[in-house]
Amino acid sequence: MQYMLLLHADEAGFTRMTPAEQQQGMAAYVAYGEALAKAGAAKGSNRLQPVATATTVRVVDGKTQVLDGPYADSKEQLGGYFLIDVPDLDAALSWAARCPGASHGVVEVRPIWSM
Amino acid sequence: MQNRMNSQEGDEQARSTADAVARRSYGKLVAYLAARTHDVAAAEDALSEAFASALADWPDKGCPANPEGWLLTVARRKLIDRVRGARRHQLVSDELAMMEEALAAPAIGEIPDERLAMMLACAHPAIDAGIRAPLILQAVLGLDAKRIASAFLTSPAAMGKRLVRAKDKIRQAGIPFRVPGHEELAGRLGTVLDAIYAAFSEGWSDPGGGDDARRDLTEEALFLASLVAQMLPEEPEALGLLALLLHAEARRRGRRDGNGEFVPLADQDPNLWEKQQIGKAEALLRRASAMGSIGRYQLEAAIQSAHVHRCRTGTANWAQVVKLYDALFGITGSPVVLINRALALAELRGASAALDAMPDLDADPRLTEYQPYWAARAALLAKTAAHAEARKAYEIAIGLERDPAVRRFLERRLAALTA
Repeated sequence: MQYMLLLHADEAGFTRMTPAEQQQGMAAYVAYGEALAKAGAAKGSNRLQPVATATTVRVVDGKTQVLDGPYADSKEQLGGYFLIDVPDLDAALSWAARCPGASHGVVEVRPIWSM
Repeated sequence: MQNRMNSQEGDEQARSTADAVARRSYGKLVAYLAARTHDVAAAEDALSEAFASALADWPDKGCPANPEGWLLTVARRKLIDRVRGARRHQLVSDELAMMEEALAAPAIGEIPDERLAMMLACAHPAIDAGIRAPLILQAVLGLDAKRIASAFLTSPAAMGKRLVRAKDKIRQAGIPFRVPGHEELAGRLGTVLDAIYAAFSEGWSDPGGGDDARRDLTEEALFLASLVAQMLPEEPEALGLLALLLHAEARRRGRRDGNGEFVPLADQDPNLWEKQQIGKAEALLRRASAMGSIGRYQLEAAIQSAHVHRCRTGTANWAQVVKLYDALFGITGSPVVLINRALALAELRGASAALDAMPDLDADPRLTEYQPYWAARAALLAKTAAHAEARKAYEIAIGLERDPAVRRFLERRLAALTA
């Protein structure tokens, strides 16, 4: 089954870190991605630019509304994702727990809607 | 006329065979089907359709030699048809092929028992905590939402909705059917044991056996408890629960007199108790405590064991019983434990001290509707000669009791008070 691991974290945490700490943090993600690939579970992943770059779009009564900013205005924001393919939820949860994002934020595990 | 008799006999035989299979193997068949499709609801539906086909087929064609295998074959076909129907507009999917393969018939008479794996899937932390025990009972025993709602004191409609949602989660989130490793098992096993205990208690509330469905529930619970103890012989709490249920079951005959009237523990004749079951319970408890990890069910079983010892030997052991309740309260923090502890304390320090040790109604308003609270309070008040208050407490207890035999018992106590 495929699962999306959605990484939510407080972006300010990253900007507060020293460059050395930032590099260390990035390295942890790279290692995690490699472990996923090695296990044959990696399907795709991306890191997102900060929420300051987000633009929200909705169509109301046929009119397009474009707004500056993210959809949810909360302290913890979606910052990236890993798409993985594993046998079941337990396997997905154990990958979620290994994800560096689980230690400095929250990882939401969502099964992919298979068509 | 002759034909009619035969068809009636055929009907009866089909029904009794189907009933026996349902009691023996319902959960096993659901677990087998659901473990391979992750779809508990579809497995339940397919199996109930298979039972309906059996009742239509068996009277004419006779009951099959292997009724479980027959039902499984029909249910499997229904499940596959269902997936095919849902995917009619698409290419034949890999999923269907995989499912057909997964559902391939086992050798005759060798349906693997995956009930424990299914119960543990229902107890998964990804399932809403409040619905885990009801889900286990429904999946493995086939109880309907109405029965389960009454055992867990909620509305049938709300219970039905929550059960559907939980089954959807198992399917959509891909919760596995398997027995996890020791560390993870510990937390989930507690939920499974609680569900079995809830089923037993629901059945136990009618020990007179007037209601067959209820009585079956205690047997089912005993069966499940021994299944879990057998599959997890290194888990002390699994052994503790089985010991507790065996102790309760052993005293079943003693709980009613010849007229079907309720007999409290202190007045029971130990000769009526099932010695073999008590022996088995004691052996289980010894094995469990040797593993050195105490828990709720071992303590509850130990309390039953202490009661048996006292009644058999006439040696008062109330200090020991109170100590066990203290330990149990330390684990559960339950006001129900405080009520029973107070009754034991009364034997040790007198009724006034026991009344002071009763849980506070203000602290837990649910006690207002809890019969044992009022019955205990009434008994303690009666001992302190506070008859007016005792009378009031007995009246509330009688009003809250649903078992007529217990109601009559309380009425006799109330009458004795007035006299």
